[in-house]
Amino acid sequence: MDTLKVLVTDDERGMRMGVVRALKNYTVSMPDLAREVGFVVEEAETGEDALAKIEAAPPDILLLDHKLPGLSGLEVLDRLAGRDSATLTVMITAYASLETAVSAIKRGAYDFLAKPFTPAELKNTIRKAAQRLILAQQAKRLAEEKRQVRFQLISVLAHELKAPLAAIEGYLRIIKDRAAGDQPETYDHMLDRSLIRIDGMRKLIGDLLDMTRIESGQKKRDLAALDVRDAARAAIETMAPAAAEQKIALALHASAPVPMTADRGEIEIILNNLVSNAVKYNRQGGRVDVTLTQGHGAVTIAVADTGIGMTPAEAEAVFHEFTRIKNEKTVHIIGSGLGLSIVRKLAALYHGTATVESTPDVGSTFVVTLKTDA
Amino acid sequence: MPKTILVVDDDVDFLEQMKVRLEAAGYEVVTAESEARATEILKGLRPDVALVDLMMEHMDGGFSLCYHIKKKDPGVPVILITAVTHETGLEFDTVTDEERSWVKADAMLAKPVRFEQLEREIERLLKGTEIGHPEGAGHG
Repeated sequence: MDTLKVLVTDDERGMRMGVVRALKNYTVSMPDLAREVGFVVEEAETGEDALAKIEAAPPDILLLDHKLPGLSGLEVLDRLAGRDSATLTVMITAYASLETAVSAIKRGAYDFLAKPFTPAELKNTIRKAAQRLILAQQAKRLAEEKRQVRFQLISVLAHELKAPLAAIEGYLRIIKDRAAGDQPETYDHMLDRSLIRIDGMRKLIGDLLDMTRIESGQKKRDLAALDVRDAARAAIETMAPAAAEQKIALALHASAPVPMTADRGEIEIILNNLVSNAVKYNRQGGRVDVTLTQGHGAVTIAVADTGIGMTPAEAEAVFHEFTRIKNEKTVHIIGSGLGLSIVRKLAALYHGTATVESTPDVGSTFVVTLKTDA
Repeated sequence: MPKTILVVDDDVDFLEQMKVRLEAAGYEVVTAESEARATEILKGLRPDVALVDLMMEHMDGGFSLCYHIKKKDPGVPVILITAVTHETGLEFDTVTDEERSWVKADAMLAKPVRFEQLEREIERLLKGTEIGHPEGAGHG
C-alpha cells in the first residue's frame, strides 16, 4: 500500500485533530491500477510553520485554512506560487465565503472545502485529490518507461546494424588494398560474405518494420477465410533450397484443410519465421516437421526440428526482442533476433500463444496456437 | 620466426578479415570464435599477442578471457576490442596502470578497427615484451 502525506494547516487544534482522526484508517483503492493508498497526517499551526514544513518535505496534499493568525491561507498560496511541485492544495474556507474559494483556485489551489464540514465530506475531497495524484504518478511512470524502452531499442538496433556494416567495410577495404594478393578468385568469398551480411541487414529492417506495424496497430488487417496449409506450403517451398543444401527433409502433416479467418500476411510471417528457424538451426541431414491441427476453437501450428536445441534458460529468452542464442553452434547463423518476438506478438493478435519445447543437441518444437473463435 | 597472434571474436567475418590482414603483415594467426574455443587453444599455445573482442556470448566474455590469459601468463600482451563503450554506458580505458590492472588488457581499440592502428599497437606491445616490460610497454 502506498502512503500519501497530508499537511493540515489550521490554528484550531480541534480542527487538526478531527482531520487526523478522520484519515487515520482511511484508504482509497484504485482497483484498475491495483493500488491502494493510505494517509499520514502532519500538522502546522500557522502559515509560516506550513511554509517551513513544505520547504523541508513537500506533502502530497496540503489542507490549508484561509483564516490563520499570521500569514493568511491566500498569502501562503502566493508564496508557494511558481514552485515546481506536485502538491495539491485544498483550501478550507468559511461557509458561504465563495469569493475566497474562487481566489484560492485562481492562485493554484486544487479544490476547496467549506467549514464546517463532516468527516465524510473531508474524506470525499481527499479521495478525489488522491486519485488525481495517483493517476498523474502513473502517467509519469508510463511516459518514463516508454522513453526507456525506446532508448534501449534504438541502442540495440544501432549496434545490430553497425556489426554487419563493419564486416562489409572490412572486406571492401581488404579488396581495395588487394591485401590478399593479386588473384581475383581469392576475393570471391569476401564478396559472398558481404552480400550475406547485406541480406542480414535487409532482413533486420524488414523484421523491424513488421514489428513496428504490429505494435502500432497501424497496419490494416485484412481478415478473410483461408487454409493455413497454403501458408505452410509456401513457407516450406521458400526454405526448400536452403534445406536441400544441408540435406534437411521438410514435411507438412495436415490430413484435412485447416480453415480459419485470419490475415494472410500475418499467418505467412508466422510460418516463414518458424520454418526458416527450423532449417537454420538444424543439423546436416536433419528433419523439419510442420504439423497443423484444429480443435477446441483453435488452430495449432507445430514446427519440430532436429537441430541444436536450447537449454531451458535459452528457451525462455528466445522470444524476447533482439535475443539470439549465441554459442559455437550458432556463430555462423545470421538472424535479426526479432523473428520469434514477432511470432509471439502476432499470436497475441489471435488471442493465442507461442511456446517452445527443446532439448539441447536433440531439437526444438515451436508451437503456435491461434484462437479461431476469438 | 613469425610471431603468433590469437584473435578471439564471435563475428566470423571479423576473424577472417584479421587473418587476411595479419597474415599479409607477416604474422601467424590463430582464430577462435568463442571464449570456450580460445581457452581450449590456449592450453597448447602461447600467443605473442592476443586480440580479444569484449562482446562475446556473455556480456563480459572478453573480460573473463583477458583475465584467464593474464593469469596463465602475465607476459602475453592483450588488446581488447570493443564496439560498445558508448552505447552500454560502460566507461573504462587502459591509459593508467590502475585501469590496466583491473581491465587486464594492455590496450583497447574501438570497432570498426583501423588496421594501421591495430598494427601499430601490436608492434608496440611486441617491442615491450622484447625489452621485458609487457605491462607498461611504451604507453602514454
